[in-house]
Amino acid sequence: MAEKKKLDELQLNLLREVAGLHEVPEGAYSIRVDGEMYGKNSSENIVIEKKTDKPGIDIYIKAGTKNESVHIPVIIAESGLRELVYNDFHIGEDADVVIIAGCGIHNCGVQDSEHSGIHSFFVGKNARIKYVEKHYGDGDGNGKNVMNPTTVVLLEEGAYMEMETTQIKGVDSTKRKTEAVLKDKSTLIVHEKIMTHGSQFAETEFVVDLQGEDCGTHVVSRSVAKDNSRQLFISDVVGNNRCSGHTECDAIIMDNACVEAIPKIIANNTEASLIHEAAIGKIAGEQLIKLMTLGLDEKQAEEQIINGFLK
Amino acid sequence: MLELKNVTYTVTDPKTNKMRRILDDVSLTIDDGFVAITGPNGSGKSTLAKVIAGIVTPDSGRIYLDGEDITDMNITERSRAGISFAFQQPVRFKGITVKDLISLAAGEKISVAEACKFLSEVGLCAKEYVNREVNESLSGGELKRIEIAMINARGTKFSVFDEPEAGIDLWSFNNLIKVFEKMHERTHGNILIISHQERILDIADKIVVIADGKVAAYGSKSEILPELLSAQASCRFASGGEE
Repeated sequence: MAEKKKLDELQLNLLREVAGLHEVPEGAYSIRVDGEMYGKNSSENIVIEKKTDKPGIDIYIKAGTKNESVHIPVIIAESGLRELVYNDFHIGEDADVVIIAGCGIHNCGVQDSEHSGIHSFFVGKNARIKYVEKHYGDGDGNGKNVMNPTTVVLLEEGAYMEMETTQIKGVDSTKRKTEAVLKDKSTLIVHEKIMTHGSQFAETEFVVDLQGEDCGTHVVSRSVAKDNSRQLFISDVVGNNRCSGHTECDAIIMDNACVEAIPKIIANNTEASLIHEAAIGKIAGEQLIKLMTLGLDEKQAEEQIINGFLK
Repeated sequence: MLELKNVTYTVTDPKTNKMRRILDDVSLTIDDGFVAITGPNGSGKSTLAKVIAGIVTPDSGRIYLDGEDITDMNITERSRAGISFAFQQPVRFKGITVKDLISLAAGEKISVAEACKFLSEVGLCAKEYVNREVNESLSGGELKRIEIAMINARGTKFSVFDEPEAGIDLWSFNNLIKVFEKMHERTHGNILIISHQERILDIADKIVVIADGKVAAYGSKSEILPELLSAQASCRFASGGEE
């Protein structure tokens, strides 16, 4: 392979923000920079292959692989770049791995930059995965940072997936969709954190099909909407068997922001137990007062409350 | 030392639209180690505490801390000037841990060991609590103890506690009293405790009795306590001994 161009400071910063990486990681990874594969590495148990028919990669994790991780960050520093990427994860039976994905956009131009990723997870029997995804944007241009991630999950019998998604800063527009099908005794846990400011818009939708016996899901979305930003939360959980489903949308609204929550739960089986909780409200006055009696000013108190809420 | 001079606070009853005087020309100087405030429910005790902390702004009157006029200071400024306030009903948060609150109270990033010291003092197993979120999972009694630990961590010269003993039945009073004594030893400041408990009143250097928004009596424990107890006894008797 020809010698790679070194990442510049800006690109390295994006890499730090989305993946916590200071340099090219150990083990299996795939780094995508400005619409091109920057580098990839397979390990003995984790094989990463570039797709030939469309942009994206296939990640094969061998059955029984334990305590390994995969990093697949995407960074875009070129203004006006738009891309659609397909990443498929094939996770073998009994594997136990951590997958760290993320997208960082720095847009200092006037054109919109857009990254849309379709991540599909085929999680084998009794496998456990933790999927961490962080979205971040910055830049001082007028071009918008747009990210539209789609996550498709199929959990085989006894599989367990924990998803942790974070979008705290700088993403102007996002439409996030998570679709999952759960087989017998499988579990899907989602923790989503979103903060919007300025005139940003974020939409997040969860469609979960609880197909198998004794499967369960727990979706928790916490968000903060500031300034003139708007958020839309949609959840659609269907219980088709003896199963349990719990979705929770908890939002703090500030300034002139707007938050809409549309929960839907459908039970097609008497043994399905489904709960939805949704709460939208401003920061409780008594919380601010308490922190102010500890010496914080109102702004600092607000920050502490939001940081805690999105921790 | 804290002085209240002619403090008056009035609210409008939303139902009757009538004005109600919660604090009526209260003048009070608090200069002893332990001062207890007692009086019937609804007499204005908690409002008085909130006026001191800056949470409630009085209609008229002045407030001085060590001679400095703090009447126009907001909550933050008063807190920084050296006033601490333990709420009667502690506040719950989402995601903020016990350690976070104790660190904020101490005004600096403190080590886990230091946070634990404050928790142990209020009878909480530090290891179990230090990383807990201060949310719905904590009971009222646990929150009250954490509230006291926070005030202890602040170590300011003037501390107000609004019914600190409520809800912490399982923890002995002796321990609670020890916490106050230790706090006083360290800060050499004034501790003002709103309480109905005889055992708390019993450790006070002075007792203030508030009734109908006025200072009904203010004096040493030996002056006030016997009178208070006999009044309570007759009251209990009259109401058929419900308590």
